[in-house]
Amino acid sequence: MIDTFKRVLDSDLWYSFKRHPLVIGAAILALICLLGAFLAPLIAPHNPFDLKTLNLLDAFTPPAWTEAGKAAFFLGTDDQGRDVLSTIMYGSRVSLLVGICAVALSMVVGITLGLISGYVGGAVDAFIMRIADIQLSFPAILIALLIDGVARVVMGKDGHDDVAVYVLIFAIAASGWVQYARTVRGSTLVERNKEYVQAARVIGRKPLIIMFSHVLPNVMGPVFVLATLHVGTAIITEATLSFLGVGVPPTQPSLGTLIRIGNDFLFSGEWWITVFPGVMLVILVLSINIIGDWLRDALNPKLR
Amino acid sequence: MLAFIVRRLLQSILVMLAVGAIAFSLFNFVGDPVSLMLPPEATQADREEVRKSLGLDQPFYVQFATFIGNAVQGNFGISLRLGRPVSQLLAERLPATLELAMTAAVFGLFVGIPMGVYTALKRDKWTSKLLLTGSLVGVSLPNFLIGIFLILIFAVWLGWLPSFGRGEVTDLGFWTTGFLTTEGLRAIILPAITLGFYPITLIMRLVRAEMLEVLRTDYIKFARARGLTNNAVHFGHALKNTLVPVITITGLQLGGIIAFAIITETVFQWPGMGLLFIQAVQFADIPVMAAYLCLIGFIFVAVNLIVDLLYFVVDPRLRVEQSGSGGH
Amino acid sequence: MTTPLLEVNNLRVQFPTRRGLLTAVDDISFTIAPGEVLGVVGESGAGKSLTGAAIIGLLEPPGRIASGEILLNGRRIDNLPFEEFRKIRGREIGAIFQDPLTSLNPLYTIGRQITETILTHLPVTPEEAKKRAIDLLNEVGIPAAEKRIDHYPHQFSGGMRQRVVISLALAAQPKLIIADEPTTALDVSIQAQIITLLKKLCREHGTSVLLVTHDMCVIAETADRVAVMYAGRIAEIGPVADVIHKPKHPYTVGLMGAIPTLGDEVERLTQIDGSMPRLNAIPTGCAFNPRCTRKQEVGARCTTERPGLLPAGATQASCWLYAQADNKQTVMA
Repeated sequence: MIDTFKRVLDSDLWYSFKRHPLVIGAAILALICLLGAFLAPLIAPHNPFDLKTLNLLDAFTPPAWTEAGKAAFFLGTDDQGRDVLSTIMYGSRVSLLVGICAVALSMVVGITLGLISGYVGGAVDAFIMRIADIQLSFPAILIALLIDGVARVVMGKDGHDDVAVYVLIFAIAASGWVQYARTVRGSTLVERNKEYVQAARVIGRKPLIIMFSHVLPNVMGPVFVLATLHVGTAIITEATLSFLGVGVPPTQPSLGTLIRIGNDFLFSGEWWITVFPGVMLVILVLSINIIGDWLRDALNPKLR
Repeated sequence: MLAFIVRRLLQSILVMLAVGAIAFSLFNFVGDPVSLMLPPEATQADREEVRKSLGLDQPFYVQFATFIGNAVQGNFGISLRLGRPVSQLLAERLPATLELAMTAAVFGLFVGIPMGVYTALKRDKWTSKLLLTGSLVGVSLPNFLIGIFLILIFAVWLGWLPSFGRGEVTDLGFWTTGFLTTEGLRAIILPAITLGFYPITLIMRLVRAEMLEVLRTDYIKFARARGLTNNAVHFGHALKNTLVPVITITGLQLGGIIAFAIITETVFQWPGMGLLFIQAVQFADIPVMAAYLCLIGFIFVAVNLIVDLLYFVVDPRLRVEQSGSGGH
Repeated sequence: MTTPLLEVNNLRVQFPTRRGLLTAVDDISFTIAPGEVLGVVGESGAGKSLTGAAIIGLLEPPGRIASGEILLNGRRIDNLPFEEFRKIRGREIGAIFQDPLTSLNPLYTIGRQITETILTHLPVTPEEAKKRAIDLLNEVGIPAAEKRIDHYPHQFSGGMRQRVVISLALAAQPKLIIADEPTTALDVSIQAQIITLLKKLCREHGTSVLLVTHDMCVIAETADRVAVMYAGRIAEIGPVADVIHKPKHPYTVGLMGAIPTLGDEVERLTQIDGSMPRLNAIPTGCAFNPRCTRKQEVGARCTTERPGLLPAGATQASCWLYAQADNKQTVMA
């Protein structure tokens, strides 16, 4: 156990990490955001969704450091008197939840299809890859919009709200599986032709299982990079859909929803209602992208 | 080469049929097609007639064929929300979206390519590193947020540019343009920057990555070994080899730009197809959704085809020559 | 003695890495006379290609020339500013690399690539440049040169491409060509043709060649003198026939013994135990000493002091076996 730890510390990856203060900063920031989001019920200064604690008189309070601000509401309040800082923390929770779950689902589907496609080959491979190609020529947002729109129609307004989050996760996952499938398929094709697979077949063992244990380690690096960057994209996609009004239901606002709500007050001067959720979104995605970008370069064998 | 064109055309038709199938299922299975084609005050007799004329008593593949036939002629029925023929609505709004998309694409190319070349050639200057970090921020900013920030700064706080609408447009009959009036030009700036932000970032990073790859190749090394000037090496050789894949990838981006216009149009209330589509999704206006889907599908397929053909023009290795190689 | 065309004195090429400073070329010296072909032979990683790259000024960072000097016709070139060196490249020193396919820009015709090189260095008109390009192609044996000058690299076969590369290297009439493994990527039957071509052209134009390769047979065919490199140092240097038939350095002896030859009555090929040390683990003293079978004849000196090039019969070898008690001994710093 200690040996593995020592090996990690001595590895090129850790060395590269230590030399990039920007990445270290991003990692710390991301960690803070993650903790703040998941511990929101425990550490948020207010509960913005408990209607009993809301007071309309508190509405439209500007941030604490301005003249009319109050210390209790550090980043101000919105039109219903909800504390912006708390809504941001709860909102990040939803955003992160949808983003990470969507990516996880996408990864599982993509890796599985990639393995099957590469291993089985033939018509199955051609079919899966054709769908992938067609899907690739459409931007993810459109696909997510379509799935969401169809679900909305099929389930009706109220039925949809209950499962909106799941539909959203599915929609975002469906729009992003292709990149994993392609990477894994490539790796699988390479492994399939190797002699140990044929040898396994000869002695009667299932080459499939052995192949997975050889393919997956090779492919985990690039898949991990893809996944990290994908989380950023997924969060943006969810925020966009919520901003457009076709994402999460209003009962579970994400950062995108918050921005949309605040947008209405932009012209009347209450800029903080939309700006702070926006800044939070950017910080979240930016730190993830910085880490993903660094990871891609650090794991790229050509740049060693 | 002819075989290639034919094959790609067939592929494109297949993709279009697939898109059409999805649109068809939208039409028929998600909602009642009869009411989709009729205004709400229609009588029972009218419905029966439409049912017959729609061929809903016909077998499945006949229905599909009719749908495709209608689609090809541009007939997608009546919008549930606005009560007007969908094709008319789309035709009205197409110019707005296309002008916006084109402007954004032009920004992408004319800003992204030079910045990409600069950051590749002058890797160690701090300006380069600044641009690179900026590009990372650009990729992390969602489209709508850029729009909101731009509106906040330039429309609300500085009051320099309008924050919604197209401004004054000139009607050219089949096309309405905003380029011929100052109001129109002022109105398109913020939306075009918003829409073009992501392409600029993407193209810049792409050009940089590609150029760095090219600068590592043997033929660049050989060119230097022959004593060619830096200009000749960088702009004569490296740039050309870099731009070949970049131009084609950018072409593929065009479809994406048109799709992302949905968001920009929403933020700026730009009267284009994207805004129409979003309103359709919110309202469950199936005919508009189906029509938009087919149109977008067509644009994508057409752009892909053109880009593939462009490769032939640009890369001599793909052109088939007669008896090229001599002996040893 | 005529002024050597190229003089390399105490050249040292180093790479700063996170695990320390690596010395890939460690204090080597040699000369090349006008019109002479000097072969540089050795295993992969011995530093041969880096020597060539250093001479033409194309060392890839972070590699750099740490010390030493390189003189072309008596003039120091290793410390020249970029623009000065650029003018020398192609015009006085040319280069040929291993893979002819990747050496040519696939998007330009070979005619354009040749005329561009000519126009960069020689004050001629474009028409004149094109005429010279056609002449060059004829010289290297490309049939139907006037037509093929407008063809793209992918339209040539491997051997033809290498001929084009050679014509490109000779386009501005340099006096020295650095040929880095010019035949390694070619079929054996083509190799012979290219070698013959190279020899012929260099004889006709009076061009010197620094021929870097791991293939001893190519050296035997082409070179006048040969330098055997080991772990970044020169083990032995001398006329080709002498190095091959009467090697003096134990490494060279092992190398020659490991090459199978037709007609020789040999029971077993020689094998040198062990392998060339990695750059971060070069032994003190003579780099070859852990693998040397004649160490006991010299004693402790092999492991403590690094030998310089000592006269050994017709060649020079960096081995303490040839230290003369009454001569000044060259000890490397």
